Amino acid sequence: MAKLVIRGGHVVDPANTRDGRFDVLIDHGKIAAVEPSIPANGAKAIDATGQLVTPGFIDLHTHLREPGREDKETVESGCRAALKGGFTTICAMPNTTPAMDQRGVVDFLRQEALRVGLVSVHPIGAITRGREGKELTDFGELFDAGCVALSDDGNPVWNGFLMRRAMEYARIFDRPLIQHAEDPSLSAGGVMHEGVVSTTLGLRGIPAESEAVIVARDIALAELTGGWVHFAHLSSAKSVEMIRQAKRRGVRVTCEVTPHHVALTEEAAAGFDTAAKVNPPLRTEQDRLALLEGLRDGTIDCIATDHAPHTEWEKEAEFDAAPFGISGLETALAVCAGALVASKIISWTRLIESLTANPAKIAGVKAGTLSVGAPADVALIDPKAQWTVDPAQFVSKGRHSPFAGHAMTGRVVRVLRHGAEVHGA
Amino acid sequence: MVMTAAPHAAQAAHWMKKDLLGLQELSAEEIQLVLQTADSFWEISLRSIKKVPALRGKTVVNLFFEPSTRTRTSFELAAKRLSADIVNIAAQSSSLSKGETVLDTVRNLEALKVDMLVIRHAAAGVPHLIAKRATSSVINAGDGAHEHPTQALLDLFTIQEKRGRIKGLTVAIIGDIAHSRVARSNIWGLTKLGARVIVCGPPTLLPPHIESLGVTATHDVNAAIRDADVLMLLRIQHERQEAMLIPSLREYRLRYGIDRERLTKAKPDVLIMHPGPVNRGVELDSAVADGPYSVILDQVTNGLAVRMAVLYLVSGAPKVDAEDG
Repeated sequence: MAKLVIRGGHVVDPANTRDGRFDVLIDHGKIAAVEPSIPANGAKAIDATGQLVTPGFIDLHTHLREPGREDKETVESGCRAALKGGFTTICAMPNTTPAMDQRGVVDFLRQEALRVGLVSVHPIGAITRGREGKELTDFGELFDAGCVALSDDGNPVWNGFLMRRAMEYARIFDRPLIQHAEDPSLSAGGVMHEGVVSTTLGLRGIPAESEAVIVARDIALAELTGGWVHFAHLSSAKSVEMIRQAKRRGVRVTCEVTPHHVALTEEAAAGFDTAAKVNPPLRTEQDRLALLEGLRDGTIDCIATDHAPHTEWEKEAEFDAAPFGISGLETALAVCAGALVASKIISWTRLIESLTANPAKIAGVKAGTLSVGAPADVALIDPKAQWTVDPAQFVSKGRHSPFAGHAMTGRVVRVLRHGAEVHGA
Repeated sequence: MVMTAAPHAAQAAHWMKKDLLGLQELSAEEIQLVLQTADSFWEISLRSIKKVPALRGKTVVNLFFEPSTRTRTSFELAAKRLSADIVNIAAQSSSLSKGETVLDTVRNLEALKVDMLVIRHAAAGVPHLIAKRATSSVINAGDGAHEHPTQALLDLFTIQEKRGRIKGLTVAIIGDIAHSRVARSNIWGLTKLGARVIVCGPPTLLPPHIESLGVTATHDVNAAIRDADVLMLLRIQHERQEAMLIPSLREYRLRYGIDRERLTKAKPDVLIMHPGPVNRGVELDSAVADGPYSVILDQVTNGLAVRMAVLYLVSGAPKVDAEDG
């Protein structure tokens, strides 16, 4: 494979605490050098003047829907959406049909991802068989098959005894259990945040406490067992505060937040916009500000999309009946650039760290850096590009977004994977 | 019947909305226009030939995804007294599970070139979903716990008829506020027309942040009764007991039910209203429901005139292309 040099860009590589004007040389699909100036010397050159050069992003939380609901998304369409959003590594959630609870389903996903060959896809296996919350899956088999974490996402692990045993047993593997924190007895029937907007619209609410009580319980169980719990898609101020305190005590807990929870509130659902129907729901401005503070002070480790594609006909329905979920891969960077960087909550470096080095640590994957010798997975960002979100233009099959029509600044313009240009101009 | 025209009536000469989705989005002038129009239609139902040709040639569809006798009949008679053609459809509300969506149902009706869709659905927001996509006019006949605008309009009409005004009155809405579309529409309508609204019920039946809608909330039924010019009672559903919102219907009756004794604390000319059907012996004692303060049957009569007014006004609104979302 020919050499390639990315010249004139501003490199943001948090894993190597690099943040400045550098050229990047790629050779045989790997990063060969990162220096203030690298002459082209016959290598193909990409002009990155005015652009940010970052590691390809890592999404800890993608729903690929295959096998089972190929009308919502396939491995292939999901991988294309990932690339367009700057993601070169994604972790696929196990709420497929059948659920990813045994080796055969994990093998299928990995083979299909290899066939598609666009991004690295790491499976997340189920914690319980059929994600039914009753019996543990064979953790060892799932990790041996290549799973990077386990989760019943979409469902919580509600039974406290079972969660305790799962955390204890998972210590063998030193991998996280990803908890979808929701107490179904408190959220049952709810379709949006319980607050002013749900009261006005006459919709059943989901209180923030349905998340907080499970976060509280699992922090206690992590302390009891020494196990590692990772909380998916945090939505409430109470949860952030409990995790902050737990981290101070040294409890093994990590967590993620989605772009939509950092950018939007319950107001997005006013007018019964089902594009803003998501679980956990978009909450209050006070919750949103607490999530921003959590990112700023490091309580929240990373940003994950919770990309949850659905068909148009399912989303164009009664608010009560429409499925939860936002198609998020293709808007993640721009949404975060606006809500976090332009608003001066965090720097580009911290944002990129939340999308690369930090999720790499949690998933335990060798990615998310521009270290010499690492696979050349690179995203080039035009931080000044102006564009408007039009879900009809999504390459994901999920063409629904609460950001439809929103003006964005910042866009992924090129993506290299293993040194080859897989998306871009 | 004679009703005094509102002072600003002349300024609200035209109805410009394609749909009637709720009272939240109506101005006080638009509400007054409906009430005045209803007043002019009121006597038609007293004639020996109860029919005028106002909507001749128009097609109205009563598209009810939730069972209803009162509201559906009221709309049907209203359409017929204006000479419109009306079709009643009792649709499955769980059509999604059968593969056909609400919008599929509506697209089929629109292909039959209907003019107005009167929609009732157990899920909040369905008339809004349809109105965005449909070229025909949509009238909300009750969507989940969200709004029931024609009920609130007939309630406003009744209060204005009996008291000569709405501004300055205190109206206590008592019961299951959390699950009530009637309560929400009345809160918007009454506050826009200058009434003071108290909502009263056990904390489990008052939705969070209800006071942000501009009302006072209380758990004390005696305080609500003492201050009110109008008591508007809401139906308590048996299911609320199963959902642990109230311990029992008996407990509710003892705490919040309106009987003759409790009514002795009320103002001497208090009005008793109820959207029906009444749970006799739960929220309202029979002696009160049928007593001298009750205007429950006037509400039903006025509902017909109000729905005639709504059909008439909406049919004449300038037609613009539906937003395509």
